[in-house]
Amino acid sequence: MELAIGIILGCCALGAGVAMVAGIGPGIGEGNAVAKACEAIGRQPECKGDVTTTMLMGCAIAETTGLYALVIAILLIFVAPKQFVNILLDSLK
Amino acid sequence: MLKNKVLFKVVDIFYLALIIVPFILGMALNVVTKPLADGIEITGARIFWQIDFPVQPLVITESQVNSWLVVIAITGLCLFLTHGIKAAGKITVRQHIAEFIVEKAKNLVVTNMGEYFEGFAPFIAAVLGLSAFSSLSSLTGMFPPTSDINVVSGWAIVVFILITYYKLKCGPVHYVKTLCSPVLLTPLNVISEVATPVSMAFRHYGNVLSGLVISILVSTGLSGLSKTLLGWLPGILGEIPFLQIGLPAVLSVYFDLFSGCLQAFIFAMLTMLYVSGGFPAEEYFKRKNKKKQKSIGGN
Repeated sequence: MELAIGIILGCCALGAGVAMVAGIGPGIGEGNAVAKACEAIGRQPECKGDVTTTMLMGCAIAETTGLYALVIAILLIFVAPKQFVNILLDSLK
Repeated sequence: MLKNKVLFKVVDIFYLALIIVPFILGMALNVVTKPLADGIEITGARIFWQIDFPVQPLVITESQVNSWLVVIAITGLCLFLTHGIKAAGKITVRQHIAEFIVEKAKNLVVTNMGEYFEGFAPFIAAVLGLSAFSSLSSLTGMFPPTSDINVVSGWAIVVFILITYYKLKCGPVHYVKTLCSPVLLTPLNVISEVATPVSMAFRHYGNVLSGLVISILVSTGLSGLSKTLLGWLPGILGEIPFLQIGLPAVLSVYFDLFSGCLQAFIFAMLTMLYVSGGFPAEEYFKRKNKKKQKSIGGN
């Protein structure tokens, strides 16, 4: 019984950690976007405002996949263990 | 004349109270209902009230109550700024501020969506203000409504309905045609259509919630660290978490102030882009012109 609950908790934590590997992609993507924006501002300082706005929008969209992973990780840490343990206890009844 | 002035001041004070009182109420509600907790405690919105209904119980949660408070505060702000507004003559500072906000909103909408969508300015300003104030309400210690996915999903569904309405402007046939433009990609197009509101809701909620979680983790960790490092100090000095001074405030400036405002701006911006991007402008104006010409020719 304790072993089963332990496996559930450990696997939820591991799954959350593995899910956050998805943070790599947005990091690279946003880095690229900001680098290009810096280049553009260096070339044409007069359109700094437009470039900054567009860059922030692009960053927000690139961030989305990372945020999906974050939501899944948060669910796995804070919501899933309770549910799984409840399911286990119900099945044992 | 004097009586009018006094009345004006009284109404002014009432509007100011309408702005400030909701936040004080929210803080008081937080203090009264929050259970004392030791260590890390990260929970969703607390449930205040539950009414039994046949299909599903209706619950009144903290995020709902807080967003009502925010709505009241924004209403008070609008009333305060537009109180005693004049069309001509010398105008007050607050009228300047109100005009500035309205002009900025209109400019933003017209530059991003085009002249046709000028009427969208109030809606976009409302979304921006509600989102920004909801995120900023966490500065008073309230539970920010935007870190609850249900609130943000509601907004995203409203935006989705708007997008679909404007995509259907040229009739359902045109809508289906754009959906299946390369026939092979139809399922992908349908998925991307559904993914729009989901990604909007997750983006806003994930950003605010991750800030909340990181702030709580850092501040709890720092209190534990100071307990182990500075616990040997005599008396009450040992119990004060000295290391908590500083770093959580810096994090709060980023996560609450900067990220909250940025996410509000991004939500409004994406709303504008999706609505104006989904609207088949060329086809719509072509049809309109054709109709006009036909009616002219008929006459």
